[in-house]
Amino acid sequence: MYFVVAGAGEIGFHLSQALLEAGHEVTVIEADRRRANFVQEKLGSIVMNAPADEGRAQMEAGCSRADALIAVTGDDAKNLVICQLAKIRCGTPRVIARVNNPKNEIVFKTLGIDETISSTRVLMNVIEQELPSGGFMPLMSLAGSANELIEAEIAIGTPPAGKTVGSLRLPSGALVGGIIRKGKLLHADDDTKLEVGDRVMVFSPTASESEVRKALFG
Amino acid sequence: MNVVIVGCGRVGGFLAGLLDSEGHRVSVVDIASTTPARAERAWFQHLPSSFKGETILGDGTDLEVLRQAGIERADSLLALTEGDNRNLMAAQIAQKIFGVKQVIAKVNDPVRAQTYREMGINTFSRTTILGTLLQAMLQEDREVGEVLMRKALAHEAEMVHEPVKTPVKAR
Repeated sequence: MYFVVAGAGEIGFHLSQALLEAGHEVTVIEADRRRANFVQEKLGSIVMNAPADEGRAQMEAGCSRADALIAVTGDDAKNLVICQLAKIRCGTPRVIARVNNPKNEIVFKTLGIDETISSTRVLMNVIEQELPSGGFMPLMSLAGSANELIEAEIAIGTPPAGKTVGSLRLPSGALVGGIIRKGKLLHADDDTKLEVGDRVMVFSPTASESEVRKALFG
Repeated sequence: MNVVIVGCGRVGGFLAGLLDSEGHRVSVVDIASTTPARAERAWFQHLPSSFKGETILGDGTDLEVLRQAGIERADSLLALTEGDNRNLMAAQIAQKIFGVKQVIAKVNDPVRAQTYREMGINTFSRTTILGTLLQAMLQEDREVGEVLMRKALAHEAEMVHEPVKTPVKAR
């Protein structure tokens, strides 16, 4: 497969190297001349010294025939624009953006970038699995109201495991919007039984967050 | 009209003052830079001292900062930072997430400006606008050059009498 990697920082460099070792064709675009030279010395002539957020550089890098573009600079706004330009101007079928600020994951999704990777989120997930109260994540506050969306994973030995949605002692104003079970989104009504590993989407007044946590984790 | 301006450089500060003096409710967002060179300078130094609106120190692509700036009741957002990408991100957040009706982003790269305009984001490129104006002035094109210059010079004349805002001390 052919990959274009935008940004040859630590992540871009090692990613390009790994992709090459896996037998793929790679072009990495790097704006900084010295960094580009360094990577060229290490990986060979797969480096293009140009700003990846400019349409011309993307065209020259062959984004229109690439199977995927991965934007991994340290600047979220830049990664967003790199991905959008590749999608719109070059028709790159798959674009993946690194998100430095985990709050931007949902923003990127809303703006049409379906695949994001957040190293912060990955680390948080690892840490959260080790914690008893893990898997409770306020995802976003809902514009124009004092409400938020919370994602919570049903853990072994917690009150809701094996019980129905209706039996949850959620604070007033909070409601279960849906359940993600084994990657599938399920409709949730009062009779829906909760299983360990379910990710429950709860809409709740922001002020009642701690009560929602209590209802789900005891 | 409620207006949020992201980026308080010369253009942002000038426009904020202009709209404020016309009686609009303006809030201005500018990033709190961590580099010492920038921190020495005042963040909102380009605002006129008469400015009555809000100043918010923060990242204009951050949803919370934008909420603080009152984006939920804003009629317009102008993204005028020095970064094309930041402006495009702020403009898209305003339009697609907060549903702000009128959104304008300064995008100096004409290619990006055009691409996003086709996507429905209102962009303008200083490069092409200033270039076109200069060409019109050189050719003494009255239709394009003179009207705009007359307005701009009138604003400049007002600004000369405007005392400069006392710089905000960096924290």
